[in-house]
This record gives sequence, structure tokens and C-alpha cells, in this order.
Amino acid sequence: MESSASAVMQGTSPVRTNYDDQIVKMFFTATVVWGIVGMLVGVIIALQLAWWPANLGLPWTSFGRLRPLHTNAVIFAFAGNVCFTGIYHSMQRLLKTRMWNDTLSKIHFWGWQGIIVAAAITLPLGLTQSKEYAELIWPIDIAIAVVWVVFAINFFGTIAIRKVSHLYVAIWFYMSFVITIAVLHIVNSLAIPATATLSYPIYGGLTDALVQWWYGHNAVGFFLTTPFLGLMYYYLPRAADRPVYSYRLSIIHFWALVFLYIWAGPHHLLYSALPEWAQTLGMVFSIMLLAPSWGGMLNGLLTLRGAWDRVRTDPVLKMMVVAVSFYGMSTFEGPMMSIRAVNGLAHYTNWVIGHVHSGALGWVGMISFAILYWLAPRLWGRELAHPKWVDAHFWLATIGIVIYTVAMWAAGLMEGLQWRALNDAGQLANPIFLDITARLEPFLWLRLLGGTMYLVGAIMMGINFWQTIRGSGKPSDTAPATAAA
Amino acid sequence: MTDDNRTPNDQNGGDEPPAGVSEASWGAWHRRVLEGRAGLFALLTVVAISIGGLVEIIPMFTATDMGVGEDMPVTPYTPLEVAGRDLYVREGCYLCHSQMVRPMRAEVLRYGEWSRAWEYRYDRPFLLGSRRLGPDLHRIAGKYPDAWHYEHMEDPRSTSPGSIMPAYPWMLERTVDPRIVAKSLRALQRVGHPYVDVSEENVRGSMRAQGSGIVNSLAAAGIESEWDTEIVAMIAYLQRLGRDGKAVLSGASGQQQEQ
Repeated sequence: MESSASAVMQGTSPVRTNYDDQIVKMFFTATVVWGIVGMLVGVIIALQLAWWPANLGLPWTSFGRLRPLHTNAVIFAFAGNVCFTGIYHSMQRLLKTRMWNDTLSKIHFWGWQGIIVAAAITLPLGLTQSKEYAELIWPIDIAIAVVWVVFAINFFGTIAIRKVSHLYVAIWFYMSFVITIAVLHIVNSLAIPATATLSYPIYGGLTDALVQWWYGHNAVGFFLTTPFLGLMYYYLPRAADRPVYSYRLSIIHFWALVFLYIWAGPHHLLYSALPEWAQTLGMVFSIMLLAPSWGGMLNGLLTLRGAWDRVRTDPVLKMMVVAVSFYGMSTFEGPMMSIRAVNGLAHYTNWVIGHVHSGALGWVGMISFAILYWLAPRLWGRELAHPKWVDAHFWLATIGIVIYTVAMWAAGLMEGLQWRALNDAGQLANPIFLDITARLEPFLWLRLLGGTMYLVGAIMMGINFWQTIRGSGKPSDTAPATAAA
Repeated sequence: MTDDNRTPNDQNGGDEPPAGVSEASWGAWHRRVLEGRAGLFALLTVVAISIGGLVEIIPMFTATDMGVGEDMPVTPYTPLEVAGRDLYVREGCYLCHSQMVRPMRAEVLRYGEWSRAWEYRYDRPFLLGSRRLGPDLHRIAGKYPDAWHYEHMEDPRSTSPGSIMPAYPWMLERTVDPRIVAKSLRALQRVGHPYVDVSEENVRGSMRAQGSGIVNSLAAAGIESEWDTEIVAMIAYLQRLGRDGKAVLSGASGQQQEQ
């Protein structure tokens, strides 16, 4: 469906723009499907850690091959597609123009889904470059670069033909996403091919490690943070029907965030043999990152001033509040974990997994669900088939996240402390590694429970959308009205 | 959907900034100078995201005091070890096992001498790992006999009761192809690994010679295997991990542990 909409501008005649919402619906559908697949793989590998026979004794179902499938699916397939859904929907409206080129939009969509399918085939086959979140083999890396350039051309082409003079803050964040991911991906993927599926990086040893974590941490920064902040700046004010709290704060925290984030990579290599000054730079900049991160959180939460009564009743707003709160929590936890002394305890433990998931499930997942629930009635012109399920999804996800992260914090602290514990004689108090592993088991089952609750919520969302789109929902006349002033 | 393209900043009418009047005046310079100029905005974004990476990464290629230790006696992996390392990557071993002993008393006691930068010189890709679901492996060389590794990979719980590691029985059957290993060595040669003869015959001969040694040691423990099976390549790699470092650092370890 291509919706034609009119701008409500006081004192000016309405401008009619023919937006491309077909591409938005395609990315929307892909988001929901891949999201469920990625989370399901996450639950499977969580089961494998609690109960090893779930590895099934087959090469393509063992943990070492499925774990990259999980991370790639949730990052690039779920989070990637939701970014594209929101960007294609909001940038047309923010720039008051249709996308510059519909063909490029379609190439972007099908190219990206093709890359995901290629990843889903190659990773279980053990075809990998081993760099985290950059595992895909070199031919797929080239495809990613090509598809990304197609997206970038269409993105900047649309900006060039915009009907408004000034770029809204969401567009700044989208722009940093498009530019930085291209730079990170290309630099980190440089490799010499040996065969069609095998290659070796041009960087060696610790240089390779530094380049990888410069990439890896900024994949978090510019794939899972800046585009989602951009989405927050569009959808949160829309859903709350309130203007953004502070324009000044958005300027300061945008520039501070994009400048500071890129330095933070070496905090993944603290206590390694990487030169000490590089480790210290990584740590110091990670701590400084707290300020712009909380700038974004505060700007989001304070946008709700005067709308808090609606947070009690509107599940979309509830999800957004939890999302922004988890963003604040995980961007406080991250800088703390980057302090050398804290990292000495936390590194290599489940604590890191807990930290990642408070950001991934709490921030990225929740803001994504909120946006999808807000968009569905508007895209398909129908009320949700099961409005009450949204509230159930909210509680399943929220409680699931809490169980997940608390279990991982406890497990991480425990193993970190027991690995390093010394007895009075100065010898290891727990000399047998597997003794400590055994004590973690209850927490691994708890984590599985939390993750399963989160997955069940996502499946409910999928069914809800399926039945809405298939037509069991009432025609929507109230949904758009809720957003009207 | 009459409101559908009413953007958040429509709140103030048209393109006004979505904030209060006093703030809009503070941000006027940003609005005037940047927000209407997408090209300049994009350029400044490129500058902002480039500085940190350039400052941190460029010295790794240019400075000479990076601790890479050009004069330290670390040798490139042999063809069989390269094959084993690629299997380590294929099976995702690095997702549960780190290769980085940190300079802390408990780590040195548990694993051995802490890891030095130069030990990683021929590590492509690096395999430091990010999680220890199992123990660190950077000093695994020589810790267990070949037969232990064979049995451990076939059934981890036979050697390590309570282990949560998957079994890798297929590595006992599958073989490695010396032709592909030769291609790997050629690629590594191009990025500077000092291999002399990477012809197929030479690579195969080297693999057979090293693999036969492992086959013999397995035979002594009553295990029958072939030189070109994946398990033999894997054992070759594991028995190599951290060996050069250990040889150099064993003399220094007493003082190192004193801190």
C-alpha cells in the first residue's frame, strides 16, 4: 500500500506526498521473521550450555557453529531489518519526499535478505572468519559492501531531493549509521583469499585484535545504538505526542557520541599484551561515553514529561520507557566494566553476556517491538488483532530480561571471583576449572528461562501481526487518531 | 491518515526545531551552519568518527616499540598446524576458549606464563577469545599427551568429568586436503609469513611427516589413526599453542611471578 498523506502545517496549504510504504512493509515482515529465528537460536544455544547433549553430536548443530548464527541473526537480520523499516518509514516523512529510487530500495531489501540466507547456510557449515560479528566469509563480505553502498546512494539521494530545508536530529543519527558501518566493515574485512570460502586477514596478531575490536565495539555503537537513537528521536515523540525535550542536548550528545564511541574498542583487550597506552585510551574514552549516552537517555525520558499518565495505559509507551531505561542502565554498566580493575573481574565471564543482553534485549529489542506495534496499524490500516497481547508481551519480555541479566550477573561474579580466589598459602582456591563450571549450572537454567520468556513474547507478537495483516483486525480508524494532537 | 507525515518537529509548525524558544536560539548556529548542508554534515561526521581509529590503529603499523619483538624466536605454524588452526576456527573453539593469559597471579598459577605480544605474530586471524566457558588454551602445548586430546575431542567427559563441551567425533573420520592447506600457505605467504616452499608436494610431505609422529604416539596408547585426519591436525595445533613462548619465558618465570 502506498499511503498518500497530507502535511498538517498551520497556515500553509497541505503538501501531498506519495510515500513508498511497500518497502517499509517488506522490511517490517523480514524483521519479525528473522527476529524470531535469531532469538530461537539463542534459546537453543542457551540450552546447550545448560545441557550439553543438546549439541546433538552433529557438526552443524554444535555450539561453536550456532553461536555466530545467533549473534549474526539478531544483530544483522533482526536489528538490521528493524533499522531499515524505521529509516525507510521515517526519513520519507521527515524529508517530505518519497525515497529517491524505488529500484535501489528493492535491491537493498533483497540483497540484505540474500546475505542473511547466505549467513544462515555458511555459518552452520563452519565457514567463518572467526572475527566476532564479522564472521561471514569474504564473498559475503563483498556482497555486504555492495548492498550497503546501494543503500547509502539511495539514502543520500533522498536527502538530496528533500522538501524540507533542515535535517531533523533522527537523520543525523541515521547518517552516522550509514557512513560508519561502511568504514568499519570495509577496513575490518580486508583479507587475502586462499579459496572461495577461506581467507586470512591482512592484519596479524594484536593488530588484528585491535582492528577487530575497533570494529566490534563500534558495531555495538553504530549498528545497535546510533540508528536506534535516531528511531527513538522520531517514534518516541510521535507515540508520546510530545516534542523532543531538548534540541540543545541532542546537538551536544550526538557529536560527543559519534566522536567518543570510536575510541572505545581497546576496552575489549584490557590486560592483553596490547600496548598499555592503547588500553588506557580505550578505558578513558569508554568512561567518557557515559555522558553522551545518558544525554540521549535523558532526552528520551524527559520527552515524556506531561505524558506519564499515558505510560500507564499505552503498551507502546511502556516498551519505550523500559527500552530507554535499559539503554541508560547498560551504558552505565559498560563504562564501569571498562575500568581496568572491574574488567579484570568481569572479562571472560557471564557478566559480559548479561551486559550485552541488557542492551540487546532491553534497549534494542524493546524499542524495536514498540516501533513495530506503533507502525503495524498505520501501515496496514487495521487495528491489531489482539491488542491485549501487547501488554502480555511487554510483561513477558520485561520479566524475562530481568531474570536473564540477574542470572548472568550472579554467574559472572561467581566465576570471576572463583577463578582468581587464592588460599592462605597463595595457591588457587579452586584449582579445578570444571568445579567452578559445575556451580554455574543453576544460573544457566535460569538464563534459559528468561530467554524463553522473551522468545515467547516475540512469537506472540509475530502471531498478532500475522492475524492483523491477514485481516482479522478491525479497520483502523482509531489508531492514527491516537497520535493526533 | 491525515497526520501521517506530521513529523515531531511539526509540533512547532513546519520545520521549527522541536524544542523551546530559548534553546532554539542557542542551537541556531548548528541549524544555520550544518542542518541545511547534508554534505558538510556528512563530512564532519566522517572526521568525527575517524580520529579515534586513526590515533589507535596507525601506531600499530608504524611505531617500533609495540612489543612485537621482531628478534624473538617465534616460528610460523607448520602446514599441519595451519590446517589444525583452521579447524579450530571452523568449529568455533575460540568462542569458549581464550588464548590470552592475563598478567595476574591467579592466571599465571592456573595457566602459566602470561601472554606476550610477539607470541601472536603469526596469528591470522587472532584468536584471543572473549569468553571462558572452558579454560584458556594459550599454554596448552605439552600439558597433556596426544592420546588425551584424541579422547577428549571424541568424548570430552571421558577425560574431563562434568565438562559441558560438545563432542567432535567427526574429526576422527574426516581428512584434511593438503591441496587446500597449500593454498592457505600461499595466502599467508602473501601477507608476509616466511614460508619458503609452498608447493603441494612439499606441503603434503611436511604434513605427512609431522602427522606420522602424532599417529605413532597415538598408536603407543593403543589408538589407530591416519596422518591426514582432522584430529591429527587439531592435535598438532594444540600441542603447538604457546610452545615458543614457553621456551623463551620459562627461564624468566620465577622473577615474573614475583611481580
